[in-house]
Amino acid sequence: MTIEHSAEILPSREAAPAREAQPRVRGAAGSAWFGIAVVVALAVAPLFLKNFVTFQLTMALVYAIAILGLNLLTGISGQFSLGHGAFYAVGAYSAAILMESAGLGYAWTLPVAGVVCFVAGFLFGLPALRLEGVYLALATFALAVATPQFLKLGPLEHWTGGVQGVIVTKPDPPFGLPMSQDQWLFYFTLAVGLLLYWAARNLVHSRSGRALLAIRDNPIAARSMGVNTALYKSLAFGVSAAYTGVAGALGAIVVQFVAPDSFTFALSVSLFVGLVVGGVGWLPGALAGGAFVMFIPNLAEHVSKGLSGAVYGVLLILIIYAAPGGVGGLARSLGARFSQPGRRP
Amino acid sequence: MARTAQRLGALAATLGIAALAAAPAWAQKKYDPGVTDTEIKIGNIMPYSGPASAYALIAKTQKAYFDKVNAEGGINGRKVNFISYDDGYSPPKTVEQARKLVESDEVLFIFQPLGTASNAAIQKYMNAKKVPQLFVATGATRFGDNPKTSPYTMGWQPNYQSEGRIYAKYILDNKPDSKIAVLFQNDDYGKDLLKGLKDGLGAKASMIVAEAGYEVSEPTVDSQMVKLQSSGADVFVNVATPKFAAQAIRKAGDLGWKPMHIVNNVSNSAGSVMKPAGLENAKGVLSTAYLKDATDPTWKDDAGMKEWTAFMDKYFPDGDRTSSFTVYGYASAQTLVQVLKQAGDDLTRDNVMKQAANLKNVSLNVLIPGITMNTSPTDFFPIEQMQMQKFDGEKWQLFGPVISGELGG
Repeated sequence: MTIEHSAEILPSREAAPAREAQPRVRGAAGSAWFGIAVVVALAVAPLFLKNFVTFQLTMALVYAIAILGLNLLTGISGQFSLGHGAFYAVGAYSAAILMESAGLGYAWTLPVAGVVCFVAGFLFGLPALRLEGVYLALATFALAVATPQFLKLGPLEHWTGGVQGVIVTKPDPPFGLPMSQDQWLFYFTLAVGLLLYWAARNLVHSRSGRALLAIRDNPIAARSMGVNTALYKSLAFGVSAAYTGVAGALGAIVVQFVAPDSFTFALSVSLFVGLVVGGVGWLPGALAGGAFVMFIPNLAEHVSKGLSGAVYGVLLILIIYAAPGGVGGLARSLGARFSQPGRRP
Repeated sequence: MARTAQRLGALAATLGIAALAAAPAWAQKKYDPGVTDTEIKIGNIMPYSGPASAYALIAKTQKAYFDKVNAEGGINGRKVNFISYDDGYSPPKTVEQARKLVESDEVLFIFQPLGTASNAAIQKYMNAKKVPQLFVATGATRFGDNPKTSPYTMGWQPNYQSEGRIYAKYILDNKPDSKIAVLFQNDDYGKDLLKGLKDGLGAKASMIVAEAGYEVSEPTVDSQMVKLQSSGADVFVNVATPKFAAQAIRKAGDLGWKPMHIVNNVSNSAGSVMKPAGLENAKGVLSTAYLKDATDPTWKDDAGMKEWTAFMDKYFPDGDRTSSFTVYGYASAQTLVQVLKQAGDDLTRDNVMKQAANLKNVSLNVLIPGITMNTSPTDFFPIEQMQMQKFDGEKWQLFGPVISGELGG
């Protein structure tokens, strides 16, 4: 289902440039300005917010990065994953163990977590290549379910802390910057997020990105054009896992704690929900997805404590009903409406 | 606004001292965030959703109890404002909710957050913020065994190590020459209890002739039971969570193994452990208790349980009376009210901890007679006594003296 939506979003931008050339340029400029406005708003927000709200915003950004990674996999290369919570967990544990057992600086744990998850994702992607669609989703589902169990295993307990997890020390702002730890972590996460977004954008618009899109849209045609589908699909899995792993590492630093119970299957589902809400195949949608994952459960709890799960479900259904393409689809249809003023009253 | 309140508080304090020079201790009003002359704001975190949502009954009972306290005039004239949030049993969510309670709602302290991992997630934060993490709802010994490094974290229920020591004491008193086999869940809960058992046996820890751990992911504990039986032990300590405890009891019956069988407190439910294990297999099994069981006819005419019933009738009529959680929530809420009464008008976070660490022989009407709560600046475990009980094939029968499993002695 989501594949079809994703197919609607990107190809129409990519595949029919000639017909819509004029509006597209205007629309692109508009969306660029909008993007800058969002970043500026995010950058000044912590100056006016309580530390606690800043912390929530930081977590929303962390989820957004994880969703961005998932979007590269599902939206761009057309593969499903219900197991990205597992990569998030691996990234989080990598950061926690490196910081607390090996004494590594928090910033250095991010690339390490990224590399570890890239390798894990790539290796998982190799055999999973033989699986298509729902079967791949099922395999990743198994990964998500198994990961918390692995983290509890006795032989690893020396590093993972077993059920009790690992407590992570919260970093202070560097160079004696006059800001709180929460504000610093927010800006740190924002910077990492922008860097990763820039990289993801470049990837999508590169040769490799076009190869991935080709695989998504028509694997047979892509193969006949000389694209090494096996390699590219595994690479997509690896890159996607690396993004999610970096998000996990950031999450561990921000929350200051990792435990197996933090990374249950529910996390994988949340990331998937965030992906769909943000818009499959539309990279900026990750931000909306992250905000949804972070704030909508709180809203649901506010409405009814006992029925928070049901309220969450109703909200989700309403959003999918009102905006089947997620925020990305909504943005596109709004953009189309504004760029063709003569067609509608 | 908080500052204005503080200033008013200071003014009131000055007036109070002038007016009541004879009783200076009570005249001094000192407030930390969350307290006014009419209200005490208390935070709580519970899994209302997710895999452990059954526990939410505890917080619902506490809410009902504070409704009762408020209806009867509050504590020293202040109403309790009980703010309880859902963490879905997920540690990152617990951190978020704890920060919301402390930084946004500005509660005086967080009372009875539930779960070992959830509490571990916020322990460092709470102590760094110097906000009490009071009477945590978990038996893990780490929440209270070190008042020096975590002066704002305190347990409530008997911790697992105390429970282990109680079993050790009972075995040493009743079967000093026995051989002991232990089945334990291979995580920190199981190991915590096992450590208590070994510490309690002390020099005689070699009485344990066989130990078998199991992982929660295993489907059954049958192979462990066969191994334990072959050790020739005549005492069996069953440190398992309900599903596995029931399997072990059943397997012992199938194997025809009849040792003195002690099942740990978390798995002593007649309905969810003894029945599935087969009542004939469960007959004669021993366990411990510290709260009165609402379904036990022994307490039918007990004054304390009558008060609990009256409370349930009036303030929580929909509450499940057969669940131990409603008794648990009632008892823990009563403990908190005792602490706040002791704190008087000095409602600072430090004084709340000071009073929580100054419980002397406090008995509650749902605690088993003879069990009292005691704390001190070096003892952060309020309940460390339990009584043995035996399953007669239908229900539990308490017997013998109240046994103490005091740590640090």
